[in-house]
Amino acid sequence: MYVAVKGGEKAIDKAHEWLEDERRGDVSVTELSVAQIREQLALAVNRVMAEGSLYDPDLAALAIKQARGDLIEAIFLIRAYRTTLPRFGYSQPVDTGAMACDRRISATFKDVPGGQVLGPTFDYTHRLLDFALEAEGLERPEPPAEAAEHPVMPRVTEFLNREGLIQDEVPPAPEADQPGDLTREPLELPAERPLRLQALTRGDEGFVLSMAYSTQRGYAKNHPFVGELRIGTVPVEAEIPELGFAIEVGEITLTECETVNQFLGSKTEPPQFTRGYGLVFGQTERKAISMALVDRALRWKELGEDDKGAPAQDEEFVLYHSDNIQATGFLEHIKLPHYVDFQSELELVRKIRREADAAQQGARREAAE
Amino acid sequence: MSERRELTEEEAARKAWMSLLAKAPAARLAALWAEAGREAGFTWLRAPEVGGVMVRGRAGGTGAAFNLGEMSVTRCSLKTEAGAVGHAMVQGRDRKKAEIAALVDAGMQGADAPRLRAKLLDPLEAEMTAARAARATRADQTKVDFFTMVRGED
Repeated sequence: MYVAVKGGEKAIDKAHEWLEDERRGDVSVTELSVAQIREQLALAVNRVMAEGSLYDPDLAALAIKQARGDLIEAIFLIRAYRTTLPRFGYSQPVDTGAMACDRRISATFKDVPGGQVLGPTFDYTHRLLDFALEAEGLERPEPPAEAAEHPVMPRVTEFLNREGLIQDEVPPAPEADQPGDLTREPLELPAERPLRLQALTRGDEGFVLSMAYSTQRGYAKNHPFVGELRIGTVPVEAEIPELGFAIEVGEITLTECETVNQFLGSKTEPPQFTRGYGLVFGQTERKAISMALVDRALRWKELGEDDKGAPAQDEEFVLYHSDNIQATGFLEHIKLPHYVDFQSELELVRKIRREADAAQQGARREAAE
Repeated sequence: MSERRELTEEEAARKAWMSLLAKAPAARLAALWAEAGREAGFTWLRAPEVGGVMVRGRAGGTGAAFNLGEMSVTRCSLKTEAGAVGHAMVQGRDRKKAEIAALVDAGMQGADAPRLRAKLLDPLEAEMTAARAARATRADQTKVDFFTMVRGED
């Protein structure tokens, strides 16, 4: 419990003033613009949008600037802003099958229709520091002159589905297809898969990654292959109530990962492949793959698998600890004044010690007599 | 959310231009409007307002819907002196972009439509298609050509 403490206003003002100066850094170095952050630190911007749960690259870039590059602080700023926005409605589910892909790879099928498209990836780089980047104004190669169209990229899992070798993904009836919304009602357990996916897509990348990694190392092992990973843009359709039909209200970049998991069958399900699913704002493939692995691990109940007691199978553990803003809020509050709490603990410890001392002295006196 | 239904031809056309305007880069739309727009009086039915739309996805791409996260949008509605009602819901937080989009939506319902189409919507669409084609080309150049290594003789 904290009790209101007065005082310190002047110190707080001066601390914030200093913070402002430190944020700016050495004034002989050019100030970073929000547009520069948006364009040149795009993957940081993407992470802030995904975990801040608001697709707005300019705002995410501003938050990163204000937070001095502390991404969790930036996510906090975005979450706080998000709560001030009136909710105009829900979009129609995006059609990721029709994504205009910058990148699309499959680790399970070499010759997928549409091809293996690497896109702008860190894969196959040597991870050697490029000191040429220290220089500014490097010349870029000319963009290609010819114009192509985004090819149709059928879902890789559909090939397995045609043979009936993979668990099917069909939507429930429209009236039942109303997912819960974490931004409207607090999380309650057990959570349906849609709610779990919402929690995972906005969850902390490091936490989701570690949970996914634990399943690979043997805690609730589920043998994932990346059936497909795609990054690209999709339009977002939302209804305009005055018109009675939906229009595209924007276009967003998404990363989608579908894992194909070995499954030997259970009491209720035949031997087949099963799926894990990841879908995240922006170019965020580490997060999307992690999300797919954790999604699959959390599906043990519906697939009739055994509870191996692994952390990644524990819905309560995963969902209650994946949100870095909740975690930060609770963790960091312990540095705020707890003087009264601590005073009472101090009194208690002194009292117990006095009693213990008195009892000891009593015992010694008895022994001496 | 209502059920999907077949749109009339007029509705489909309106959906197409409203969608184009919603996705357009704000600065480019403002520049084109400065050249092609006709400043006419209008009254607000709903002044520009920034808000969020909760974007949904589907589990496994095709299964149950789930809430992915919000995106920022700006909406407004207005009535021109000619009596046309224009609506807009556009991506981002640019109120001017929403206003221009609603004015174009209203203009497209009247005699000014062919001019707006030629001077504003067509160039905008061409530029957005070209930008998209440039990305598609870059992507296409990163497509992997596999070749099979021949193992031994016959």
